Amino acid sequence: MVIYGTALLAACLLIGTVAGRVIGHSLGLESDLGGVGIAMLLLIASVTWLQKRKLLTTATESGIQYWSMLYVPIVVAMAASQNVCGALSGGLVAAAAGTIPVAACFSLTALLIRCAGDGQQPAVVVSNTTRSTHTENP
Amino acid sequence: MQEFIQLLNDVLAQYNLLTAFVFTALLMIAAQQASQRLTAGRIHPSAIAIALGLLLAALAGWYSGGRKGVADLPLLAGTGLLGGAMLRDLSIVATAFSVRADEFVCSGLWGILALALGLLTSFSTGAAIALVCGYRDPVSVTTIAAGAATYIVGPVTGTALHASSEVIALSVAAGLVKAVTVMLITPLIAPVIRLNTPRAAMIFGGLQGTNSGVIAGLAATNPKLVPYGAMTATFYTGLGCLLGPSLFFLIIRKILTTDH
Repeated sequence: MVIYGTALLAACLLIGTVAGRVIGHSLGLESDLGGVGIAMLLLIASVTWLQKRKLLTTATESGIQYWSMLYVPIVVAMAASQNVCGALSGGLVAAAAGTIPVAACFSLTALLIRCAGDGQQPAVVVSNTTRSTHTENP
Repeated sequence: MQEFIQLLNDVLAQYNLLTAFVFTALLMIAAQQASQRLTAGRIHPSAIAIALGLLLAALAGWYSGGRKGVADLPLLAGTGLLGGAMLRDLSIVATAFSVRADEFVCSGLWGILALALGLLTSFSTGAAIALVCGYRDPVSVTTIAAGAATYIVGPVTGTALHASSEVIALSVAAGLVKAVTVMLITPLIAPVIRLNTPRAAMIFGGLQGTNSGVIAGLAATNPKLVPYGAMTATFYTGLGCLLGPSLFFLIIRKILTTDH
């Protein structure tokens, strides 16, 4: 059933968020430390476990896949509900503090990508198999 | 007619999540058309849709004086739910369904290195900018530097250190500028820096760290890379909130007090 997939996904995010907040809280923080990352690892682990036992039906899978295909529009909705005026009203200090570190980090990204590519593990291009439904890929 | 418009308004506002689906789809259609007709497909439709979303958010914020972009307009309040943390995180986690677990493990070390370097770079350049702009007290310098990490690290650090509300507002603005910049610049820069593999996306997520910026930037570059970037970026804000008011504040205070 489709709901099993969505429920599995939702449960992973709930557990991940609780774990992230517990970790954050134990370090004296109000915020979540890696909740989404923990949820992703949980989902990968549980999907692998279910696939091995052939318990993952196509209907269950589509309950997860629907949400994974919706995220581009969700990100667009997120962009449309950002406080853009707040960003623009910060003046020169905010503009400088918001862009110069980004430029520095982009150069470091380029450098690290180059270094990482030289390692023993050649950088792998993402396989096209699982999510071929994305028509808007470049 | 007047009654009909009133009725339509009521339904659209009451079922605001459904209105948000239609609104977002219309944005996507507009972006798809603009990408094909105006740029011959060179600029990715998602990138245009995100830019369009930001533009509308700016217009809506200017019109309503609110802080949630188009979600401040009653008819489009559902956009705030659709693009809010809950459904965003749900769909981001769902993208992990198609990732390769081995790639996470192989690139994990690079991701951790990128996280450490990313926080250090944002904090140090942010602190340098605060100094150049005339701030001298360690609390304000650290808060502005934290804003250069993300718009959550900024206020969390500022509140912990009892920074003034103007400085906290400034750190939020800096973080927002960063998120918007990363969203818009990533698809343009990605081919140049070879941001086209899962490992590269993990490095990118760890270095830039701003969750919304990383996710939207990668979505506009290549949607398959999103889970990898989101994986490392998700640790960035938490780590920043941990290190900002503690380690980085102590370092900045040490530097500023020995200076004089």
